[in-house]
Parts: sequence; structure tokens; C-alpha cells
Amino acid sequence: MKKSLGGWIVLMAVALAVLPWHQQEAGFFSGQWITADWNANKTAASALYLLFRQGYDALWPLVGILAVAAATLAAPLSRFSRGLLMLGCGGGGLAYLLILGYAPEWLAAWPGQEAQVGLGYGTLIVAAGFLFLLTGGAARLGACRGDLFVTGMIGLIIALISLFVITPVGHILAKAFFDPEGHAGLGALFARLTDQRVWGLNCLSGGRCGVAWNTLYLGAMTAVTCTSLGLCFALVVTRTGFRWKRSLRALTLLPIITPPFVIGLALILLLGRNGALTQFVASWLGIPPGRWVYGFFGVWLSQVLAYTPIAFMVLIGVVEGVSPSVEEASQTLGASRWQTLYRVSLPLMKPGLANAFLVTFIESMADFGNPMVLGGSYSVLSTEIYFAIVGAQTDEGRAASLGLILLCFSIAAFLIQRRWLGKKSYATVTGKADNGQHAALSPRFARLITGVVVAWTSFTLVIYGMVLTGGFVKQWGRDNSFTLKHYINAFGIDIGANGLQWTGTAWSSFFTSMSIAGMAAPLTAILGMTTAWLLVRQKFALKSVFEFGTMMCFAVPGTVIGVSYILAFNVPPIELTGTGLILILCFVFRNMPTGLRGGVAAMSQLDKSLDEASTMLRANSFTTARRIIFPLLKPAITTALVYSFVRSITSISAVIFLVSAKYDMATSYIIGLVENGQYGTAIAYSSMLIVVMLSCVLGVQKLVGSRRLRRQDRVLNDLQSQPVLQKGAA
Amino acid sequence: MNPSMQASRQHSTDISLVFDQVTKKYGRVVAVDNISFSIPKGSLVTLLGPSGCGKTTTLRMIAGLESVTQGRILLNGEDVTRQSAIERNVSMVFQSYALFPHMTVLENVAYGLTVSGMPTREANRQAIEGLSLVGLADYGPRLPSELSGGQQQRVAVARALVLEPQVLLLDEPLSNLDTKLRRHVRDEIRGIQLKLNLTAVYVTHDQEEAMAVSDQIIVMNKQKIVQQASPRELFEMPADEFVADFICNANLVSGEARRNEGGRSECVIGGVPLTIPDQRARLGDVRVAVRPDAIRLFGDSDAHPLRGEVVYASFLGTEMQYTLKTPLGDLFVRSSDVLEPHPLGSQVGIGFANHGVAIVGTAS
Repeated sequence: MKKSLGGWIVLMAVALAVLPWHQQEAGFFSGQWITADWNANKTAASALYLLFRQGYDALWPLVGILAVAAATLAAPLSRFSRGLLMLGCGGGGLAYLLILGYAPEWLAAWPGQEAQVGLGYGTLIVAAGFLFLLTGGAARLGACRGDLFVTGMIGLIIALISLFVITPVGHILAKAFFDPEGHAGLGALFARLTDQRVWGLNCLSGGRCGVAWNTLYLGAMTAVTCTSLGLCFALVVTRTGFRWKRSLRALTLLPIITPPFVIGLALILLLGRNGALTQFVASWLGIPPGRWVYGFFGVWLSQVLAYTPIAFMVLIGVVEGVSPSVEEASQTLGASRWQTLYRVSLPLMKPGLANAFLVTFIESMADFGNPMVLGGSYSVLSTEIYFAIVGAQTDEGRAASLGLILLCFSIAAFLIQRRWLGKKSYATVTGKADNGQHAALSPRFARLITGVVVAWTSFTLVIYGMVLTGGFVKQWGRDNSFTLKHYINAFGIDIGANGLQWTGTAWSSFFTSMSIAGMAAPLTAILGMTTAWLLVRQKFALKSVFEFGTMMCFAVPGTVIGVSYILAFNVPPIELTGTGLILILCFVFRNMPTGLRGGVAAMSQLDKSLDEASTMLRANSFTTARRIIFPLLKPAITTALVYSFVRSITSISAVIFLVSAKYDMATSYIIGLVENGQYGTAIAYSSMLIVVMLSCVLGVQKLVGSRRLRRQDRVLNDLQSQPVLQKGAA
Repeated sequence: MNPSMQASRQHSTDISLVFDQVTKKYGRVVAVDNISFSIPKGSLVTLLGPSGCGKTTTLRMIAGLESVTQGRILLNGEDVTRQSAIERNVSMVFQSYALFPHMTVLENVAYGLTVSGMPTREANRQAIEGLSLVGLADYGPRLPSELSGGQQQRVAVARALVLEPQVLLLDEPLSNLDTKLRRHVRDEIRGIQLKLNLTAVYVTHDQEEAMAVSDQIIVMNKQKIVQQASPRELFEMPADEFVADFICNANLVSGEARRNEGGRSECVIGGVPLTIPDQRARLGDVRVAVRPDAIRLFGDSDAHPLRGEVVYASFLGTEMQYTLKTPLGDLFVRSSDVLEPHPLGSQVGIGFANHGVAIVGTAS
């Protein structure tokens, strides 16, 4: 304890003395602050320089608190009083930094003449140091059975989540209170929340409905369709002798590797005015081509195409989870196959069906790409938020209040899913499906749903076929001759006198996407796994707050995150807009839940006595995590890494608010192409992304799969096999 | 100052572990209710009781894996109540063995030594010593999954032993083994404990296992200690109805104690007179525990005041088991007379042996 806290105190002192206190325009890692003249360029100066040479007397208390902390560590005090003092120093330092950052006008000594600048790496290190003094003190006082590492991690993650999830969402709340003139008041909030454009019901009388109703209606329709189709797929895969049912499972990969709006793009190529099918119908039947695909129908169709695999993924576990012995029992009691399905299996799947409904409902509400590409005049909350920010008249207040409404919807749906369904699962342990036989379906019903599944799968394949071939056609509908023009335009390489030249227009955003996602992925995996470890294995006082914070990460739609990030990080003390860092942070906190979910699932599979055995062998919790837990979780960690990488590259909703000229991402670049009508290049770029993502995912599945085969551990086997039950069922 | 603490002062060299009025609560639920006991050095003491009685929680409090709500735990005279598991000098063998599946057997055993900073070579040397103690010196390079259940169990024991703990804790160490192996490993654990003169605390719900390995047995029920005694004492003189039922599987019947003299009571049970040892001299209507093997059956029923009807009889090779319907209630009987069994439905006379009958309480 003494060693690590002492190390932090030294580090803080160094940061105060050497590192720049403020943000660097040219970037910290450019190193310009080292050579700059600190006298002329105050922002490059360190805290101590500002304090002694520039009269920033407001920094004195920080030095004072640090001195007290150092004295506390050196002085011969009892365990309790040392803990208490450390706690005080840490808490006091953090509080003072918050005042310094958010309300410097409270401090008379602050020289307020110049424009405020964001805080820099010096502040970051000092803040982290105070945080660990605080948690170290708490550990000394007996929190988490005195475990320094655990309290530190809890403190760190709570701080990160408050800073990058709770604070931005708080900004949305605050912004919604201000009217365009900048006056605060409930009136402005009330007016916006009850706006006719949001809640109007004119569509019942032939007009247009408000965006809130549009969003809910679209979400409900998409969710119902996806759930029904998903159930058909799940039943076909588990209960029929359909020949290609194994390959159907591969469908579940699609939503992971596909940027969400690509489906919409393909639909335009197929059903738009110049679409292949439209042209075909027009020339054969003489029906004039129209723009009917733009609007509710188009968005709905593209979302159903995109999210049915998600419903399928949710439901296949549920359908497999229904214990075959229950179905066998039903049949031995004289029920027919249809009766068994209708009266036993389906009721048992009910929570799963509701779950699939809610998951697709939430996805549909959060979707930005498809409504953006196909929506036409049918507007939903996510697109409306976007236009409130980038449209003709920027109205941050309106964007914030719309974001608030969307946030409430998805949190409500999420809470229903967690609280209500979380406890209602009749499904037995998954992965036991091999024991016993699932009841077969009645032949007529089986034929029906197999037909539906085959039809829908072919449609999906056609869509993906369009995506993959669309880039090789000159101009859809008008000139269907083969060309490589779009690919050369996007991904051209020139090997000339100056060596290799990346001449394609897409390369810049492609490399940005890759590197930003590549930096975000390991951070996401570390954060997700650590959070999962704390949630599953540790008991601590703030656990419910902690869970709420991680839940927020799950629930907040991407559009809302995007808006809240530009609202929160556009002004000091934390100024991040236009940097690559804001994109990385956004990805980390958007994708953390995926890693968290995987981590929690994998960790629940690990026998808790493994940790305890390590503790009994006198390993501290850091050693236990490093040498026992993480090696055993390698597959989960690899999966989290790749999925967060892939999701970062394919996501659009939050990204579109945060990209800048310097840091443009692949997806936002493609949306830009679509807006300019360059469908050919857009589709070429999309197909390239899909191929790259697919190879990533398949590669990792192969890697993880082979590793799992080699490792046969007793504990896992013990957990999976419950001999009595199994023998009974078999 | 309570007796157990005084004991720890007086014989601090003999007493290894003391529980001093320890209570554990989870919120409002009481998991262990004000228990006190002490464990002498070099002895193997078993915590025995049905599931949910608090025995595992007690063990985990010794380990430091659970915090203590009230009371104190002393280890070799030192108060360890607030110490973390890492600071205490105890080791534990887990029910699931908890061998680290990604490490070899040798790495598993050396783990505790290396994490406390011992150089790898020295740690490996000691680990091999530990492995040879359990007869697995050649198995170091294997993975735990390549060993049989019994071998894994022995690795777990070796892993706990190399740290030379003051107290070795064993949490139902045999429950994952099949019946035949159980006896073998049981004897081996007892053998090592005796050889190294270890202080050990053993948790089980199996009374036969407890009898076989223990110097002392602490019987727990409903979060409290019911009786602490040697196996023989427990068997001969159960403290109450629960112990009689749980340990001896005894029949509980009503009787009348008429006179007590020199620790022996003259009793009548169902008209049959007999003398039962009873230090507490309980008189009047009493509850009596009669072990199944302490009941004698006679074919000539008319000559005996207590008679019963055989309603169930089964042949188990070395013994017969009967269920009798009698005026005292149903009696469960084990008889070693397998040559002339009493047929189903027959009337038999009932008598009692000199041992295996004990007064366990007064009728309420």
C-alpha cells in the first residue's frame, strides 16, 4: 500500500512540475510543449511554473494537499488515521479540481482575463493520483476487505463512467432546459417535450404524425416482424430436418459485420427509382417507377432485414433451452405435436420472445443509418436529432430534448427487459440440447415455416449480392455494364516515382477507422473485463450505483451519445471535439457493454473457488486477476477485442456527430457519398468493409474455437455436467 | 471473560484455534449464531451437520473468506478477526479442488510459493517435495485434467500443504469422489495429518466420514453448535435428539427414568426395564435414543412385555434391516442374524442391549 500510493504521490509531483497543465493545441504527443517558451505560451507551461512565475495562486491548494498526503504517508500513524487522512486528501483534491474545472469563477485568485483552455495531461495525472489516494484511504479503512487494487479499480471505473457517460447525458438534460435565447426555464423544456412536431397525431386524419409516434410505430412493427421471423428461423434450425439448417446459423454473423445502413443502400439499388427490380417491373408490366421505397415501408423493410438475425440469435438459445424432456413428457401424456408446441414449448419460450421483441425494438429506435438513407419524409427521432444539429438552423436545445425523449424510450424498454424479464426465465441451462430429442413439428407447419425461412433467406442473399456486386456496375438501372471505376476511385493505389501512393479517396477514412478502432478495442476489452470481474466477483457498497452506470452504457442510443458528447466536450475543462480521442472514448464506452456481457457470462462459468483458492495461497487480487482469471478468460477477451473493433468500424449513429475533417471515419464517409448520390463508390466501399470485417470475425472464431478444444478443464466440465439430470434426460 | 478465552491463555501452546462467541449475519439472516469452540494443536476436528447449518460459513470465517459480524477468532493466541485471508497462515482444500486448469500440476503446487516471492527453482523443489508427500512426484508436468479425481484431490492437498499452514482447512474434500475412492482418499488424508501432526478443520455432512477421520467432532444444527465430543462419546452419549438422529440414526422413543445412582439411571421403556448411563440424572418421563443395532428381536413374542409386527424386512448381506410396528411407534432395527430372519408380518418380542441406548432429553 505504502509503495503504490507513494509512487502516485511522486508521479503527481512530477506532473505538477513538468507536464503542461493545459491542453495542447498541437496535441500532447507532438512534443511542442517541451520546446515552447513557457513565458510567452502559457498553455504549454506546467502547474508549478504557472504558480510561481505567472501568479496562478489558485493552484496553491493542490500543492498543499499533496504535501499533506506525502506527510501522512511518512508519519508514524495508526492504520485508521492514515486511512482517514488519505481519504480526506484524495476527496479534497478531487473536489478542488472539479471546482477549478467547472466553476473557476468561484476562485478569486484565478486570473480570468484570458479565454479558458481545456485542461491537459498534467491535470489528468494529478486527478488520477487524487482518485487513487481516495480509494487507497478507503481500503485502509476496511472497504472491500482492505483490498487496494479492488477499491482502486472501482474508483477508476466509477470516475470514468461518471465522466464519459453520466456527465454527457447530464448535459443533454441541462441543455433541454434552455430556450434558443439562452434563458433557462421549465417552460422551454415543457414546450419542446410537448411539441406538436413530436407528439402530433395528425396521421390519424390524413396528415403527418409526430416523430415520437413515428419512432414507436416503426420500432413496434420492426420488432414484431423480426421476432416472428426469428422464431421461424429458430424453429427450423432446432426442430426440423431442413438440409441447410447449419448454414442458417451463419446468418447471425451478418448484423455484426454489416454497417447498419448498407441494407438500406442495397434496397435503393433494388427497389429505388432506378432499382433493378423496379426497372424490371416497369419494362415488363408497364408500371411506372416510383419513389415508394422511401418512407416507412423502406425503413421498416431494411430494419427487418438487418435485425432479424439478432432476434434469431436471441431466440435460438431460448428454443434450444426448452428442455426436451418436458416436450417428451407432454407427448407421453398423449399430446399431439401441435398441442405440445402450442401448450408447452411456446409458453416456455414466452420470456425469450418478449426479450427478442425488446432487443429489436431498442435496435430499431437507436438505428440512424437506415432512416437516414431511406426515410424520405418519414422522420424518426434519431434523424431528427441529427438535423437539429447539422440542419439549416442549429438548435441544440431541440436536439437535446429529442435526445431526452429517445433516451427515456430506450431506458424504459431496457428496464422492462432487465427488471421484468430478467427474473422470468423458464429455459434450462443452454448447451444441454444434445440430451434427448426435441419434439418434431407437425409436417404441415414445418413446411410452412421452412418456406418462410427459405424465402426470407433468399431475399437476404439477394440483398447482400447487390452489395457485393453493386460496386462493379457503372450506374444502376441506367448503365449496367461492368466497371472497376468505383473501386479504383475509392481504393486506387499508384506506384510511381514517389513510391507507393494511396490515391483512392477512401483510404484516408479507411485508415482512420482502422487505427481509431484498433486503439479503442484493447481499452474496451480491458475496461469491460475489469468491470465484469468487479460485478461478478466483488461485493462493495456502491455496487448498485456501479450497475446503474454500466446499465446506462447499454441503454443510451448512439445518436444521444453523439449529441451529448459534442454538448459536453466542446467547452473547457474537457475539450475534445475534433480530436481522435473523442472517437476512441465514444467507442470505448459504446462497446464496453458488449465486452462486459461476454465477460460476465464467461466469468460466471468460472468456479468461484478458483479465485478463493488463489487467495488462500496468499495471492492478492491483482495477482489473482492476472494469473488465474484473465488467462482462463482468454477466449472471451479475444472475442471482446474483435467485436469491439468490428463494431467501432461499422457504427454510424454516434460517430456522425463526432467526426471532423482530420478524423473522418469510413461509415460517415460512406453516408456522405450517399448524400452526394455517389451510390457506386458508396457500395464499393461498403462491400470492402464487409469483406474486411468478415475476415476479422471468421479468423477470430477459428482461433478461439481451436483453443477451446485444447483446454479441457475439470472445473468447467464439472459446472456443465450435472450427471443425475443428464442421465435422467438421456 | 469467558471460559474459552481463559483456556486459550492457559494452554496457549496446546490450543491452535479459538472461536470466541462468533456470529455471522448476512443482512438480517443469521448464518452462524454465537458459537465458541477451541481446537487443540495437532488434532483433526470435524464440523458436521446437515446442509445450511453454518458449518461451511464457519470454515470460511477461519479462512478469512467471510468477515466476522461479532466475536473474535484467535489463531495461536493472535487475534486474526480483522486480518484478510492473505495475512492469515491457513490453507484450504476446496470441495471442487479448484486446481487452476491452465497450469500444470507442478505450477499449481508452486503457485502459492511463487506469488509470495520465492524464486521459481526453490519453489519447484518444494512443490516436488509436496507432491511426493501425496505420492504424485512424477505427475508434475501433467495438466490437472489429465489426472483422475482422486489424484486431483491429492494435488489440492499438496498445494495447500507446501505453504506449511498453521491450520489446514478441508471443505467437503471427498464429495466429488465416487464411493470406493472416498474411503481410500479419506484414510490418506488422515494419514498425512497424523504423520505431519497437522492441525486440521474438516467440514462434511457425512457422519460416517466424520467418525472415520476425526479426533473431535463438532456437531452443528440451525447455526449453532449442538455438541463437541470425540466420535465415541458422540456415539455413546448423544447430547440431544438431533445428534442421536443425525449421528446414530437412532430411534427416538419415550421412557420413564425411575432412579439415578452413580451416573446410571434405571429406566422402563415400553414395559422393558434397563439401566442407562446418564450423568445429568434426569428423572420422570424422558426421551430415549435407541440405536438400530441395540434392539434385540426374539421369535417367541409371548415371553416379552414389548412386542411388534415386522412390516418391512430387507436382506443386505451382512445384516438384516427391519421396520417394526410397536406401541412405542415405528422402530428401525438392524440385526446381524441373517441366518434366521423374521418373516414379514410375524410378531416378534423386543429387547434392548446394554450399549447404544441413551437418554437425550426430558419429555416436554
